[in-house]
Amino acid sequence: MSLTLQLNVNGQLYTVQAAPDEMLLTTLRNLGLYSVRCGCDTTNCGLCTIWVDGEIILSCAYLTVRAQGHTITTLEGLKEEAAFLGECLASEGADQCGYCTTGMMMSVMALRRKKAHPTDQEIKDFLVGNLCRCTGYQSQLRGIRKYLEAMAQ
Amino acid sequence: MKHVGQSYKKVDAETILSGRAAYTEDFVPAHALVIKVKRSPHPFAEIVSIDTSAAMKVPGVEAVFTYKDVPQTRFTLAGQTYPEASAYDTLILDKVVRYVGDAVAFVVAVDEETALKAEALVKVTYDVKKPILDIHEAIDNPSIIHNEEDLSYNFPVGGDPKRNIACSYKHVVGDVEVELAACDYVHEGKYFDQATVQSAMETFRCFSTIDQFGRLVVTSSTQIPFHVRRQLARALGISASKIRLIKPRIGGGFGSKQTACVEPACAFVTWKLKKPSVLIYDRSEANTCSTTRHAREWTIRIGATKDGFIRVIDMYTLSDAGAYGYHAFTTLTAGEHKSIGLYGKLKAVRYEGDVVYTNHSSGGAFRGYGATEALWPLENAVSELAKKIDMDEIELREKNVLRVGERALVFGEDERLESGLIPEAIARVKELSGWDKRPHSWQIDETHRGGLGAAMAFQGSGVAKIDVASVEIRLQEEGQYTLYTGSTDMGMGANTVLQQMACEVLGCPMANMHIYEADTDVVPFDPGSYASSTTYVTGTAAKLAAEDLRKKIIELAAKRWETSIDRIDFDGLELRMRDGSQVLSIEAFAERETCGVNRQQLAGFATWSSPTSPPPFMIGVAEVSVDTETGKVVPTHFYAVVDCGTLVNPMLAHVQAEGGITQGLGMALTEEVRYSSTGRLETNNFMHYKVPTRQDFGPITVDFVESYEPSGAFGVKSIGEVVINTSCPAVHNAILQAVGASVPNLPMIPEEVFMAMQEK
Repeated sequence: MSLTLQLNVNGQLYTVQAAPDEMLLTTLRNLGLYSVRCGCDTTNCGLCTIWVDGEIILSCAYLTVRAQGHTITTLEGLKEEAAFLGECLASEGADQCGYCTTGMMMSVMALRRKKAHPTDQEIKDFLVGNLCRCTGYQSQLRGIRKYLEAMAQ
Repeated sequence: MKHVGQSYKKVDAETILSGRAAYTEDFVPAHALVIKVKRSPHPFAEIVSIDTSAAMKVPGVEAVFTYKDVPQTRFTLAGQTYPEASAYDTLILDKVVRYVGDAVAFVVAVDEETALKAEALVKVTYDVKKPILDIHEAIDNPSIIHNEEDLSYNFPVGGDPKRNIACSYKHVVGDVEVELAACDYVHEGKYFDQATVQSAMETFRCFSTIDQFGRLVVTSSTQIPFHVRRQLARALGISASKIRLIKPRIGGGFGSKQTACVEPACAFVTWKLKKPSVLIYDRSEANTCSTTRHAREWTIRIGATKDGFIRVIDMYTLSDAGAYGYHAFTTLTAGEHKSIGLYGKLKAVRYEGDVVYTNHSSGGAFRGYGATEALWPLENAVSELAKKIDMDEIELREKNVLRVGERALVFGEDERLESGLIPEAIARVKELSGWDKRPHSWQIDETHRGGLGAAMAFQGSGVAKIDVASVEIRLQEEGQYTLYTGSTDMGMGANTVLQQMACEVLGCPMANMHIYEADTDVVPFDPGSYASSTTYVTGTAAKLAAEDLRKKIIELAAKRWETSIDRIDFDGLELRMRDGSQVLSIEAFAERETCGVNRQQLAGFATWSSPTSPPPFMIGVAEVSVDTETGKVVPTHFYAVVDCGTLVNPMLAHVQAEGGITQGLGMALTEEVRYSSTGRLETNNFMHYKVPTRQDFGPITVDFVESYEPSGAFGVKSIGEVVINTSCPAVHNAILQAVGASVPNLPMIPEEVFMAMQEK
């Protein structure tokens, strides 16, 4: 059985077919939004982080059917800001394999909206659910600081 | 130098950070059949019968394959240059299953839901056998894990499968007992390191298609496309010429993808059905059904004279191969040079080990590849010995460390340390950490103690005399250069670094070159990215290929201008006669030479391998805080100095170091591997297998000293692996300083630390 749903993704309305138990992660990937990735089965890694009504959620644990009537944002929808954050991270070599980075970037951009001048500890605490196996997080922190400082000006 | 030494951002950064299609899953054809693997619930059993009829009746199921359907030629999944040092002990599907999670059947269906539904309906009857779940019980156990008669080795590696010995190795120099007796101080220890999981964020995955010529095209997240192609040819019983391997961007490897994993199943299904198929592992499959670091138990004796000269190292390891013997021999032997090789004043050495088959998940390759494991007991023992001698542990290391020009006792006859600013690196880490200016053991507050501990490490740069890389650089008709390589960037920036090295020779900006990698139909042979080989081996080939092309361009221009080559200047963009009489852009030159009568498109080509594997050096200092009430350890600061020769891209090298140190801290403190009493891997997800998070450790300070290694291009050595090696022993030694207890088992979780504190 599949349901016909209306979704508002990155400011665009989509009509999608989704099974009642389909998670938003699958639906978004089926729409070609490849910044949303799956890294675990236990909601631990943060790779699938997106926004629903501006709040970060894990799309691997969010039923697509719940998303009707809400505003969904992925990295692809944050064009210039995401590109600038990406540039800040790349300039510190913090992308490495890149697989976890896009989910982490969604958390960073959400953090900025909550708090424009977070401390290092506040950044670490906010991003604790975004795992990275390549970088050891240090270069990410440097890139994030660069982005936050530039955006605050 | 113009490009070598520049901290360029990665050439693929924009794509991978934008969310555009880049990784294997992003390219799966829309109608690819989905494969799910039926897995064994038993650690050791023989399949008596499999009933697939109910599964086949599910609408949408295309096929169910069992051991009866697959070719019967054994192979190894270990990514090694042929002839591999790993036993041919594997079939695509086997009648015998050897660990909980071993493959029993492939269920192929139109979608995942259907495949999962059908998988549950495959009925299997097992003859359950008594498993071996403890390495100490493996040798001469009545249960024989590989009792098949067709298991084979390419050459002797000390294996005796009927005794459950996958391989063994022994190297003795001098008389260990005599030298130990002559020592004033001897430390004996027993240490254990666990089978850590590489945990690349992108799990194992590939998809296969049949191309317009009827050939099999496998697109996979792999570090070793050429090795996988060869393995598939053997496994499927077809010519390698019928197979094409393509690697897109990889979401991390760390050695896990130096062993084939999902490819044989996926390739088999597509070859059999002549239809596209895809196989993606979930996280629990990735942790259980791939390969890990080998768990090893070590016994070590180390002896020194009263003036602090280390004269004897005696190491034995009993290691867990798990169900299949991938990389079992080479990880064992690789540990010797890269650990004992550090010490230059030795008179006797024994390095010995047995790697035994058990009914655990298989060991394989993980960053550090045996060196991380061997340095764990050795560097622990050196610090414990220093304590006995009452000597500063770094002073003891400085006194004994191998110097340039010296030959370590475990080196080959003609092998010397050719380069290395080792004393400089040691001095620098002392400066960074304040080693000489602060206590190494202190009280932080009522319940916490602080400690400072050190460890050193070597690694190699490629596999000497075996790793060989070819690189082609073509001048395209529009004047751009394309670099073709079979090495596989898995995120570390290999593509960027290779391009920097080639642009250095040609002189052109980075923007005038692009790279095409890891497609076996297109690029020249390369073993792949492992053994810390890319910058040194493939990078040197890239430099030579660029030199070849540069020479050809100048020669052809000289011919056209009817002059000699020494009268032409070329900066990669423009050809110019020294007297100014002729100027030609590379675009115009390329266009002219590619199109028309009597023309010649130019390409540079080089193949390079090294007779040696120059070791990069690292020294790490861990600062820890130990909670004396609970045993919880927090690495509050880590200081490291690395000598990896010339830094081609200092920023990317820096990130490599930080990342490697952090992985090492996970191995040291949080990454627990636990099996149930019935042999099931319990730590098979990120909830139970705890890779470090941002909150788990303090700052990491990294610096470099750059020696010049003469054997390869631009003085480079390697960086990728050495950086994981010091974390475990440095943390161990810092705890030793903080609370006086040696924690023998990894990971040093609070229980282990607390128990060690009670026992001291």
